[in-house]
Amino acid sequence: MSRTISIEPVTRIEGHARITLQLADTGEVEDAKFHLTQFRGFEKFCEGRPYREMPALTARTCGICPVSHLLASNKACDDLLAVTIPPTAEKLRRIMNLAQLLQSHALSFFHLSSPDLLLGWDSDPKDRNIFGVMRADPQLAKNGIRLRQVGQTIIEILGGKKIHPTWVVPGGVNEALTVDKRDAMLAMLPEALTIAKDTYAFFKTLVPKFRDEARHFGTMQTMFLSLVSPEGALEHYDGFLRLKDADGRIVEDKVPPQDYPRIIGEAVEDFSYMKFPYYKPLGYPGGIYRVGPLARLNNADTCGTPFADVALAEFRTLQEDAGPIASSFHYHYARLVEIIFAIESMQRLLKDPAILDPRVRARARGNKSEGLGVSEAPRGTLMHHYKIDDAGLITWADLIIATGHNNLAMNRSIKEVADAYVDGTDVKEGMLNRVEAVIRCYDPCLSCASHAFGQMPMVIDIQRSDGKVLRQITRD
Amino acid sequence: MPIRAQQPDVSVVTLTIDGQDLSARADETIIEVCRENKIPIPSLCWMDGLSVVGACRLCVVEVDGGPRLQAACATRVREGMSVQTNTDKLQRYRRTLVELLFAERNHVCAVCVSNGHCELQWLAQTCGVDHVRMPYRNTGYNVDSSHEMFRIDHNRCVLCTRCVRVCDEIEGAHTWDVMGRGSGCQVVTDLAKPWGESDSCTSCGKCVQVCPTGALVKQGTSVGEMVKDQQFLSILARRRSSR
Ligand code: SF4
Ligand code: SF4
Ligand code: FES
Ligand SMILES: [Fe+2]
Repeated sequence: MSRTISIEPVTRIEGHARITLQLADTGEVEDAKFHLTQFRGFEKFCEGRPYREMPALTARTCGICPVSHLLASNKACDDLLAVTIPPTAEKLRRIMNLAQLLQSHALSFFHLSSPDLLLGWDSDPKDRNIFGVMRADPQLAKNGIRLRQVGQTIIEILGGKKIHPTWVVPGGVNEALTVDKRDAMLAMLPEALTIAKDTYAFFKTLVPKFRDEARHFGTMQTMFLSLVSPEGALEHYDGFLRLKDADGRIVEDKVPPQDYPRIIGEAVEDFSYMKFPYYKPLGYPGGIYRVGPLARLNNADTCGTPFADVALAEFRTLQEDAGPIASSFHYHYARLVEIIFAIESMQRLLKDPAILDPRVRARARGNKSEGLGVSEAPRGTLMHHYKIDDAGLITWADLIIATGHNNLAMNRSIKEVADAYVDGTDVKEGMLNRVEAVIRCYDPCLSCASHAFGQMPMVIDIQRSDGKVLRQITRD
Repeated sequence: MPIRAQQPDVSVVTLTIDGQDLSARADETIIEVCRENKIPIPSLCWMDGLSVVGACRLCVVEVDGGPRLQAACATRVREGMSVQTNTDKLQRYRRTLVELLFAERNHVCAVCVSNGHCELQWLAQTCGVDHVRMPYRNTGYNVDSSHEMFRIDHNRCVLCTRCVRVCDEIEGAHTWDVMGRGSGCQVVTDLAKPWGESDSCTSCGKCVQVCPTGALVKQGTSVGEMVKDQQFLSILARRRSSR
């Protein structure tokens, strides 16, 4: 008799999700689906609003990564203005983006994932959280909190508020940087770099323990999409789109973000509110690709900062086969490399005397009817695409968010983990945890994806095909 | 309707406000006396330099202990008058009024260009509005962005008619008017033509400056950047009357 296991909602990811595992009579996993059950229709909501409200409006799709939306949205608005923003404004925005990367990756690694990594999936769920980590390794927990704080403080120094800053505006930023603020930011970075390097060194010692997980956590063949700089280096703010296939061949390169509709299509499935982007030339669902830290490191030729480049070289040895690192388990590793990169890059940008240039804003009105802004959010490529009428009111908006790009891959990964760890006759805590954990590798932001808020305890329903609930497990 | 006396009445009356003995010119209104003496009374439609309409009722006060509340902006002082400006009852009424303003249209402060510089927000703060107790209407209103320099977002309009009055009484253009009834009531330019097509508008921007909220704003401003300058009004009004 076939039955269905649903895990709802997944803890320690943002938003509201449900997982269904369909078991065949033999107990094997027949299908795995990751659902989004809430929908806020954000794109519709923006219609008729002045385009200058878009940065603040879209930043509110998410309390976790508002800065990413703020930047992508302002870039789309820059495009509507048809201006090139002053170079210093770009540098300042870059710093904010990197600070966001730092705080978000720190949250993902230390707060959300380290419980699994440190305490193991089979440990007591009561302890498998940041408090458990605090007991097991107080220094690690403290370091995580400190790193996140550094990122948030930089955002706050620049933008005036930890969440939802209004400092970034179409055309640049609305206030130049002062010496005091620069020095305050610079002063925090050496300590942050030390923490990042120590954590990285520590994590390297953990990696061998997870050989099994690395083998089953989403090792499917996919392509990788990200921005890279014009020189092909790691890039989070601007640049061109690059797509690499599973064998490491560059399939698309130097694609101006404006051309994304040529390479990316969006499919809809009735079991989820989240859209399913795919690489158009290969069709759906063959055009599966991943975004985010793993994709960025796989795509970049180099990081361009000293320590991050060393770490990148080590990252490339994580797998014996040549080609891009395939396992989604290594998203964690990639996040740590990017944390180092973010800190080093911020140091470099802040030490540049031009950072204090008072010219930080280009002024113009809507000069184009269509604008696109693409940047790399912590979780991956983020695209904001708007159309406006002659009066500057939004007539159409489309947001392709990182979690969306990874949607196909997440579904595929869940199936893979379930195949490896689900034994149809019994459902062990460790299996369910691994299913959750594989999703957390992608660090999905479901409040972005569904534009929904809220987190709830986890409910797992095990159902027979006739709908009768065989067993219900509830975890608070 | 202007309620200024034809001939300035320079006789002096004495009255008490919140127990304080005060003297005032007989042609002054309660709100003017309060402002001179730094007695805070919330107000919205009233503006020094414009005619009085007494429409928003936020300035209500109790006079001589009577049950009928009176608008301080539309009530002249009288000899021996006793005024209460801040009783529990008044606070309750004002708070409800402000909540109704928020519930009626769509105020999304977090994305509003006037965020942090908005009279409606200040009123909410001073009247202790920490949440709105009635259901929001959630009806969408129009945004007219056709003017080169300015924009009106009817979602943020509180129908104070300051724009109508300043345009008529100070600028002399009379571009603005009020149209419709009830929840369909809105301010319009030139017989409800798009603002950008108005023949009478001189693009002076006075309406934008006097508008208490993010309804009338300058184009090209981002969230929280619309800071209004209302200094000009009392200066213009004074110069005009001394002519
Ligand atoms: S007009 Fe004032 S109260 Fe209304 S949304 Fe804007 S800031 Fe908020
Ligand atoms: S547009 Fe502004 S000034 Fe005019 S009535 Fe509305 S709120 Fe008052
Ligand atoms: S200020 Fe007196 S009624 Fe509006
Ligand atoms: Fe998000």
